[in-house]
Amino acid sequence: MKLINTKNVLQTIEMIESQHLDIRTITMGISLLDCIDPDVERCCEKVYEKITHLAAHLVKTGEDIEHEYGIPVVNKRISVTPISLIGGSFDKDGYIRLAQTLDKAAKAVGVNFLGGYTALVQKGMTKGDRAFLESIPEALASTERVCCSVNLGSTKAGIDMDAVRKMGNIIKKTAELTKADRGLGCAKLVVFANAVEDNPFMAGAFHGVGEAECVINVGVSGPGVVANALKFCKGEPFDVVAETIKKTAFRITRIGQLVAKEASRRLGAEFGIVDLSLAPTPARGDSVAEILELMGLERCGTHGTTAALALLNDAVKKGGVMASSHVGGLSGAFIPVSEDAGMIASAEAGCLQIDKLEAMTCVCSVGLDMIAVPGDTPESTLSAIIADECAIGMINNKTTAVRIIPVCGAKVGDRAEFGGLLGSAPVMAVHPESAEEFISRGGRIPAPIHSLRN
Amino acid sequence: MKAIITVNAKDTVGIIAFVSTYLSEHNVNILDISQTILQDSFVMIMLVDCAKGDIPFDALREGLISLGEARNVTIRVQREDIFNAMHNI
Repeated sequence: MKLINTKNVLQTIEMIESQHLDIRTITMGISLLDCIDPDVERCCEKVYEKITHLAAHLVKTGEDIEHEYGIPVVNKRISVTPISLIGGSFDKDGYIRLAQTLDKAAKAVGVNFLGGYTALVQKGMTKGDRAFLESIPEALASTERVCCSVNLGSTKAGIDMDAVRKMGNIIKKTAELTKADRGLGCAKLVVFANAVEDNPFMAGAFHGVGEAECVINVGVSGPGVVANALKFCKGEPFDVVAETIKKTAFRITRIGQLVAKEASRRLGAEFGIVDLSLAPTPARGDSVAEILELMGLERCGTHGTTAALALLNDAVKKGGVMASSHVGGLSGAFIPVSEDAGMIASAEAGCLQIDKLEAMTCVCSVGLDMIAVPGDTPESTLSAIIADECAIGMINNKTTAVRIIPVCGAKVGDRAEFGGLLGSAPVMAVHPESAEEFISRGGRIPAPIHSLRN
Repeated sequence: MKAIITVNAKDTVGIIAFVSTYLSEHNVNILDISQTILQDSFVMIMLVDCAKGDIPFDALREGLISLGEARNVTIRVQREDIFNAMHNI
């Protein structure tokens, strides 16, 4: 009997070497609940100790797996319990100290990002939450690897419009404090509705309070693999397209499952979830936009894009779900404009605009992601963009997010370079008409009714 | 532990010989060999059992890769599990 299946071996190698199949991230979720202390310095000490102890071998384990299996493990990262809970009694400076401690711990263990500088304020803000929100611009400007997220709404709680208003201001301040880096601080800051507790992807990763002590979550990626499979479906009906994506997603996810199990075993952590997301990179041939265009659209962003993305997103989930014992996180297609060569090209050609991206977020896994807008965009307009996204998430019972960068001094048509995986973002136009009065109301948008759905 | 070794080369002379010599020196058992031509490049795939090997997997892998580099051929050594995971339920 033949023991080697040549076709399978060569297909796997081709996916990795020519189609950018990789493990996008192994993210270790660490609970910091036992580090809570009224004294800032003692709290920081405990946080540093715990992270550097549990994640001491994270990077090495990721590298070992990469070598042994021959699959790139691009990022090794950490997520922690929402920090607003850990420093509940701190003032703004106390939180900034904590952020700097997290940064130091991330550097000590060698991870490139640490997520969980987070507050959950979907229904209201505590005293600690307010101090935390106030600390965000400085915390992001004075750290390198800390990622921040704020949950502003949920299907059960509605939308906290006071917090939405504050976030417009916080995003602007963060952009100003990091203007030397084209507002890079805002690339590490995301706001959510219906944030998930086991997301391994940055900037929105945090370790939810319902999670175990130490967990491994894995995010796979492979837009290039899906795109390649679709090249063989030219002219076929959508049934064939959906089946092809499902089969491809299954294969990709199986690798994620294998790596997640192996990494958690080696690190003595629990296996959390595999996130089935299709996450693009700026590299050629690793684009979600390209997949949509292969379905027959002249450019991503034209009419038909939402339907194409809906099919893609659903087929990825259907294919992936059987391939892993635990699926979670964001699981779907990401549409970060600056990180996707096809999206950048379409935005620069004037085809892909914020309104269409907003429509796309109704059917894809997250939201308005890595979008650069002019630096003089009013705070209330940023808040209004966030409110729109939160509303989509709240009504449709899904996660939505906004990661938007007002680039100081930039105008529509400029390009903001962030470098590395964050890519470069064409500065996009926002509507000039004001939402000031709308945003200044404050209060809460009530949670929606879920009978009488239309 | 089983591993898949793939070798890509332009020329076929002596390739099986030098790879299998290296493996036998380290007590690694060859279970199966398959060869094919892919876009005018010769591809050899070996399934090997490293369980009784006298060096750690990582050292074996690095040894083969540098041996390949010296002869201008690309050698990959990967644990078999990744192929099984992707293609078998």
